[in-house]
Amino acid sequence: MLHTVNKSPFEKNSLHSCLRLSKPGANILLLEDGVYGALKGSDISEDIEASLADRGVYVLGPDLKARGIHDDRLIDGVQVVDYAGFVKLAVDAPRVQSWL
Amino acid sequence: MVTEDTNHEGGQVKKFLYLNRRAPHGTNYAQEGLEVALIGAAFDQDVAMAYTDDGVFQLKKDQDTSDIGTKNFSATYGALGDYDVTRVYVELESLARRGLTKEDLMPLVYEDEDDDWEEKPLIRFVSEAELRDIIEEHE
Amino acid sequence: MSLEVNGKAYETDEEGYLANLSEWNLDLAEAMAKEDGCDLTENHWEVVNFLREYYDEYQIAPAVRVLTKAIGKRLGKDKGNSKYLYELFPYGPAKQACKYAGLPKPTGCV
Repeated sequence: MLHTVNKSPFEKNSLHSCLRLSKPGANILLLEDGVYGALKGSDISEDIEASLADRGVYVLGPDLKARGIHDDRLIDGVQVVDYAGFVKLAVDAPRVQSWL
Repeated sequence: MVTEDTNHEGGQVKKFLYLNRRAPHGTNYAQEGLEVALIGAAFDQDVAMAYTDDGVFQLKKDQDTSDIGTKNFSATYGALGDYDVTRVYVELESLARRGLTKEDLMPLVYEDEDDDWEEKPLIRFVSEAELRDIIEEHE
Repeated sequence: MSLEVNGKAYETDEEGYLANLSEWNLDLAEAMAKEDGCDLTENHWEVVNFLREYYDEYQIAPAVRVLTKAIGKRLGKDKGNSKYLYELFPYGPAKQACKYAGLPKPTGCV
């Protein structure tokens, strides 16, 4: 299953709920203001690091670039995808849940 | 937040502090907030900007919106000095909570008219306690 | 609304500002000025070109006060004053020059 989060984790609890309620094996894609959740060394980065043990975490490249975040600032293990990669994640998943 | 001061001609000068708490690009708040502040400044309001919470992301350097098809309004922060907005505060605690440091922000400057147009840094980094005082001053 | 120049129609807003910045060209600027009864001289072009550069750098059309100050710094005090700029652009220097420069109406325009 693919979960998408497009809100900043520092402003809304969408990412928090997604991490809490997603299952091992799921993929999580951060996009729009959700990409801030992939920053290394933030107040919430430990939550993402923990979830990487049994879930895939992806982040949308164009949204990172728009926000001035280079790949070297991301939590280790988070993978950057482009729009085609986003589509592939969605197509490969039996279901997509958006955490708005 | 607005306070009123009397200037030496006896007129009212309003002091505005625009508190910016939202990230750019995901919503319009940041861009519209910047425009409103610049319009106020163009009409001779005494404008100061404060960036806290996700608002600090507005000043992140290297923003490039070419792949998401929106206007890169982060360039416009460079015009704040031209509009005589020379008090721009950024809260350090908000940066730290987001894994950012001072060096992550655009090196904005203004040219000081009273000092032979010398270029000076625009951003003043303040602690939570200092920001509390700044907000109070404008109340 | 639209304006036709050299057989091509350019979309504008109701005040005559170009809808699509990237369509701008020299002939179009001349035609917009002609509509206002204004012939663009070298002095006009100095201001129009300055505005285009300013927009390119800051993504914003500067208000008249900002323009005046910036022109003064770039081209000298004899040009960076309202009298000079209003003589060139009687409808308001920022407003009118921005139009010929293909820019949106200035942020904080008077």
